[in-house]
Amino acid sequence: MNNAIYRRRRMVNAFNMGASMMTMAFGLFWLAWILWTLFEMGLSGISLDVFTKITPPPGSEGGLANAIYGSVLMTFFGTLIGTPIGILAGVYLAEFGSRGWLAPATRFINDILLSAPSIVIGLFIYEVYVVTVGHFSGWAGSFALSLLVIPVVVRTTENMLRLVPNSLREAAIALGAPQWKVILFVTLRSAKAGVLTGILLAVARISGETAPLLFTALNNQFMSLNMNQPMANLPIVIFQFAMSPYEDWHRLAWAGSLLITLSVLTLNILARWFGGRKNQSH
Amino acid sequence: MDKYQNTSSLRHQRMLDSLFRGVTRFFAFLVLALLVGILLSLLVGAMPSIRHFGFGFFTSTAWDPVAADFGAVVAIYGTLATATIALLIGVPVSFGIALFLTELCPVWLKRPLGIAIELLAGIPSIIYGMWGLFVFAPKFGDHVQPWLLEHLGDIPGVGFLFQGAPMGIGIFTAGLILAIMVIPFIASVMRDVFEIVPPMLKESAYGLGATTWEVVRNVVLPYTKTGVVGGIMLGLGRALGETMAVTFVIGNSSNFAIGLFEPGNSIASTLANEFAEASGELYLASLIELGLILFFITFVVLACSKLLLLRLKKQEGLQH
Repeated sequence: MNNAIYRRRRMVNAFNMGASMMTMAFGLFWLAWILWTLFEMGLSGISLDVFTKITPPPGSEGGLANAIYGSVLMTFFGTLIGTPIGILAGVYLAEFGSRGWLAPATRFINDILLSAPSIVIGLFIYEVYVVTVGHFSGWAGSFALSLLVIPVVVRTTENMLRLVPNSLREAAIALGAPQWKVILFVTLRSAKAGVLTGILLAVARISGETAPLLFTALNNQFMSLNMNQPMANLPIVIFQFAMSPYEDWHRLAWAGSLLITLSVLTLNILARWFGGRKNQSH
Repeated sequence: MDKYQNTSSLRHQRMLDSLFRGVTRFFAFLVLALLVGILLSLLVGAMPSIRHFGFGFFTSTAWDPVAADFGAVVAIYGTLATATIALLIGVPVSFGIALFLTELCPVWLKRPLGIAIELLAGIPSIIYGMWGLFVFAPKFGDHVQPWLLEHLGDIPGVGFLFQGAPMGIGIFTAGLILAIMVIPFIASVMRDVFEIVPPMLKESAYGLGATTWEVVRNVVLPYTKTGVVGGIMLGLGRALGETMAVTFVIGNSSNFAIGLFEPGNSIASTLANEFAEASGELYLASLIELGLILFFITFVVLACSKLLLLRLKKQEGLQH
């Protein structure tokens, strides 16, 4: 009798642990399948043309140069605008945030913005910028991306500043340093690696984003260096090419997908490496 | 002389201090204002549609740009149906993964496997969409869907959900791909909350002779249940607002159909497909109202998730 109960418990346990391992395999299976597909379909499409020629009309030779350029440019400006705002807001939350209503409220809203649908961010920029200016533009795209950078940077900056031991701050204050110098030259400096991790994660996030660019940057089939004009970018070119019926466009879309995924995953791993190194030194 | 210089420099530094504080406070406030700004701008943009359709917007299945007659039912149904499927599949899998990573995994494998699952979250959603459309949907339509139609289509009660042509794309496929996309988010929250369970609690249960499963079921889960629900809500928030992956595989049809294998449309996919080309004030306003609805739903879901996770944190703080 007791033996039967014991055996049943053992069996339930074994079954559930087996199921748990299966789910892990299930998760890895999709990752492997997607990466395999990307390499299989993307590698054949990658050539020098991809980096030197602009997006072609269907049926002719071309590459993704204008889209790559546009993506890099908009990601750069998006990060450039979003990062300082994020760092300063993060500093407030970590250093001055122990009293008052502003810090808890901002922290709460920031975490919601972190997961808010990015397409709504695109709508917002469309409403406040594109409609006001009257046309789609690279700047509108950068603004939309910068709004996605802010929450990521705020979150990591705050977390990293909180890891800095208080004795460091006290030592600086005891030497007579004013608070702004303590924060800028002692606290922030010692959290440098962590803050950099946040920025890398933010860049990784926005370089693959499509939805917020759909109605801000739109697209441009020519090489354009003008941030005030609609601007080509990889995600939207991939979207447009993949949805088209043309074989050669599909090939370019796969090549672009491989490029985006590789750069995003590299950034992710770099960020983790930076973060990991920081943690080990403590 | 020296003394005077010092006081003035002290005053100068004090001014810089309050300036610095003010600047950081301003940017913290900006984050807050951003949310209000998004809500207000969407509300203003949606005004023509809100005035014109009123509450009827939520009950109408129409979506006719030519006749300028719009309703939100198709898009809302698509959004909720895909998110529900995503959670039904994603939650058990995420639980299993979190369980594996915290209780079963050898220590040296923990980090690489954790990173692998997190990489799943790093893949841009447009890649999921392309892969879903060109690789997954054809296989799914050829091999899995006919079987599901045959075996589940006739079950009374739920059979009506499994109707439609086995084309590979549709609401069900979109839900399935969403499930893969939300797994890393839910799994990593669950893993993190499982790890805060005090080892003492688990060890006492093991000491009484409990199996691993019994420890998880009777010690870990009760201790972390608010956190687990918070993680699920976070996944739900992500699933509701996901755009590109869904746009590729949902079929983009604005005709209302209950069947999960039918093509449909979610709020995000409608916006992605139609917004840039929409003309006419009412058309644009209706699309913006859809965006407003989406933002509102995700806001509520994410706020609940955050509150639950905060509660777990507080509870943990009390016990220490």
